[in-house]
Parts: sequence; C-alpha cells; structure tokens
Amino acid sequence: MTRRRPRVPMAVWLILPSLLFMAALFLWPLVVGVTQAVSGPDGPTTAYLRRMLDDPYFWQATRNTALLIVVLLPLQFALALTMALLLRQRPRLAGLHFYLWVVPLAISDLAAGLVWLSIFTDRGYLNSALEHLGAGSYSWLSFEHPVSMFLAVVVAELWRATSLVFVILVAGLQGIPRDYEEAAAVFGASYWQRVRHVLLPQLRPSLQVALILRTILALEAFAVAQALTGRNLPLLVGETYQWYYTLQNPNVATAIALVVLALSIVAAIGYLRLMRPGPEVTG
Amino acid sequence: MRGRRIAVQLGCIAITLFMAVPLYLIALAALSSRRSLNEFPLTLLPTDVSGETMSTFLRSTGIAGGLLNSITVGLSTVALALLIGLPAGYALARRAFRGKDAYQLTLLLTRALPIVVLSVPLARIFLSTGLYDTTYAVVLLHTALALPTTVLITSAIFLGVPREQEEAALIFGASPLAAFVRVVAPQALPGIAASAVFTFVLSWNEVLGASILTLNRRTLPAQVFTTLADSPLAFRFAGGLALVLPALIFIAAVRRYLLNMWGSTLR
Repeated sequence: MTRRRPRVPMAVWLILPSLLFMAALFLWPLVVGVTQAVSGPDGPTTAYLRRMLDDPYFWQATRNTALLIVVLLPLQFALALTMALLLRQRPRLAGLHFYLWVVPLAISDLAAGLVWLSIFTDRGYLNSALEHLGAGSYSWLSFEHPVSMFLAVVVAELWRATSLVFVILVAGLQGIPRDYEEAAAVFGASYWQRVRHVLLPQLRPSLQVALILRTILALEAFAVAQALTGRNLPLLVGETYQWYYTLQNPNVATAIALVVLALSIVAAIGYLRLMRPGPEVTG
Repeated sequence: MRGRRIAVQLGCIAITLFMAVPLYLIALAALSSRRSLNEFPLTLLPTDVSGETMSTFLRSTGIAGGLLNSITVGLSTVALALLIGLPAGYALARRAFRGKDAYQLTLLLTRALPIVVLSVPLARIFLSTGLYDTTYAVVLLHTALALPTTVLITSAIFLGVPREQEEAALIFGASPLAAFVRVVAPQALPGIAASAVFTFVLSWNEVLGASILTLNRRTLPAQVFTTLADSPLAFRFAGGLALVLPALIFIAAVRRYLLNMWGSTLR
C-alpha cells in the first residue's frame, strides 16, 4: 500500500449527502415552524398560541385524539398478540392468513376510512345486512350518535394499523427459542402460564418499539376520521389541515403541529421510562 | 389437543374474515353501477358487476393527472432515497467512523418526527423558493420521510452480505467500486428492491403533506382527500378501491421478503 491515506475518511463522503439532506428537510423546517408559531409580522407574539387555545375545536380534537389512543391501543395490542400467538401454533393455510393479516400495512388511513365508509354509511353494507336480517338500520356516523361514530373510527383504525404491531411481535417471537417454552411445559406450566411468564417478558423490547411507534402514528391519524365523519370528529392533525387550508392561517396550523410533536416526544420518553427493565429481569 | 387445534383454526379464520371482508365490500361497492348503489338494502353478492362507477371516477377532473403524479412522485422518491440512502447504509454497515452512534440515533429520531410538523413550514419554504405546487416539492418531502428507513434497512441488508467475499475481490485487485458492483450489489439486490417497494408505498399513501404542498399538481390520495367533502359516495368508494388495490400487489411483491425476514414460524 503506497497510496497516501486520504485525509477525509470514505465513510464521511458516504453519509454526508444524507446528513445535508436531513438538515435541509428536517432541521430547517423545524426552525421555520417554531418561528412561524411564535412570531408575527410585528415580532414575537403569543397571539397564535392564544388563538389556538381559544378555539373550541382544538380542545375537542385534543380530547378525541387522546380518547382514540386510550381506547384503540389496548384493543390493538390484544388483537396483534392473539394473531402472533395463533400463527405460532402453525395453523393450516398459514401463508394465506399471514398475507391477509399484513395487507393493511400498505393501506393508508384515507383508504381505510373510505373502505369502512362503504360499511358504516347510512345506506351502506352494515345497514343493508341488518335490513336483510330484519333488524332495521341505524345512523352509525351521525352527529347525534357520537359513541357509534367514535367506535367506527376505532374499528377502521383497528383494521388498518394492527398489522404493524403484529409484524413487530412476530419478529420478536422469532427471536425466542422454542426450547424455553418446551422447558416450561416439561415443568408443568400451562399454555397461559408460558405466555405470561416466558413469552411476554422476552417480548418486552418488541412491545416497547411497537408502543412508541403506534402511539406516535395514532397521534397523526386524521384522514380516517375525515373520510368517515367529516369534521364531526375532529382530530389534532385534521385541525392543522383545517387551519392551514380552510382558514388560511399557517401560523396557528404550525402551533397545533408543534403540540403534536410535543405529545409524541412526551409519549416516547414516557414509554422508555415506564418499560425500562426492572432489576429482576435483567441479565 | 384436538379441540385446541380447531380453536386455533377458527381463530385464524375469524381474523382473516375481519381483514378480508372490508376489502371484498369496497371492491363490491366500487364495481357496482350507480343505479344499484342507490338501492337499499344493498346486495351483498356480486350480482350486478359493472365498470361504470370506476370509469366515471377515472374520468373525473384531476384523477388521471393525480394517478400520473403519484407514479412520478413515487418513482422519483424511490430513486432519490436510494441515491442518498444506499451509500449511507453501506457506510453504516461496513465502516467505523466517529459519531456513528449519534448518526444512528438521529435516524431513529427523525423517523419518529410527525409529518405534520414538517409540512406547513415546508410549504412556506417552498413558496419562497418557487418549488411550491410542483411534484419536486412532494418528492423532497417523501424522500425525507423515507430516508431514515432506507438507510437503516439497507445497512441491515449489507450486514447480511459476507464481508470476506468483498475483501477477497479487493485482494484480487478489484477497485472498491467494482467490488461493490460485482460482489455486494447482486446479493443485496432483493433486499434493496423490497426497500424500494416500502418507499413507494410510503409515497403512494402519504396524504397530508401532498395536500398541503400542492394545489394543482396533486397526487392521487391528495386529490381524493381534498375533494372528499364535495364528491358523491360512488366517487369515494371508487377512490377507496383505487387506493387499496396497489396495496394488495405491493404486499404480494414483498411477501417472500417479509416471510424471509419475519416468517420462519411459517415454515
């Protein structure tokens, strides 16, 4: 090797484009966004923040978003865990089941909203089925029925977004040798005891990743509610769009966006703290 | 034991029905004629299949253009994300450099950044740079969203290619670039293709940013979303099917890869 060692290592040249690109498209907009939210034409102002806080839709949207996360996530994780455990039992036609269970990975929340609109709308398939059975119809998405309207959004999100949790959990389960379970079975542990004391503790890192991802993504859900209910069930990101597009006020829009960002960060840190392995599990 | 096997099968079938029936119903709705969509109760069997609703949808203002924009944006995003992301993924897999951990952490953090925080400020930046309402604007946003994942996935793929083979090529006199192109790339290709599909799906599905950054050059989901309030039900159902259909193909395309990556329980 007679060649002189280059002064700048090759790795720097390889990652530099990505760093520059991310600085231009993440850092710069973030700085512009914060400026937009707290300064107007006459210098720093809290006017936009106050306008956001004075808007009744903002509080409704915050409440709905929080409620959606609280109701949806436990259901979603229970379903995903059931799906992953079922598949681990090596059922017949596992390939077909797997395919249909992961298809929603590639479906957007707008598309999911439209799919479930065909079911929940007044003259849709759910009411048609009820009519065929002679049970009569119900206005699931009507403003007067906030509970069924909310549940329709929950079902659509459960349908669309459970596959992400499922895939993460299946990947996590693969890392657990079957010997552990078999050993527990030899010592007389029932199926549920094995799930509770062998599989779940081992799945902790996967569950943590899935929880953080799903919470952040659920904070961003909006098109599914828009497609199903219009603005009857406002969500935070939907309000950003309203302020930007319909009310033509990008400053308030960014203020709400920053609230979403803050909530995402709080959620991520919270889970990391909460799920830090206790002393009895380490090692 | 036998009872348990049956319970497992029934559980699988129930979940598969939950996933598949809505797909069947949206296809049924989008492939019904407008007249039969106006009837109530709707028929649950495909007795009156017609392309009328779909073809009306495809001929509506902005839909054909939106489809074209979506494909342009998706393919450009794939190309740009790979162009910038592949070298970084390779460096992450093969080279030790100072700040590597910090770089990886940055990637993870940016992946968690909500799209909405970027979209509105980017609209302002693009307005002042003349990129607003162009497909380039959407491509830049989508590339930014896809880049962290592209880097992380490709670095995982390169880690899977044996280092010894690359070193052997170098010893036999190949340049680093030739060693990469002739030894590493062919083995990494299926994984890179899967990563490209993921990027395309991300771009195809992204609604909010595309709606905020454009007015006339909308992608298909943005076009469907922004006209949602004024469009008849038949149009919305057709839009739903148009958006869902590619998902079935995308997942079928990367299914083998998903199975390789995650599916040894299925063997």
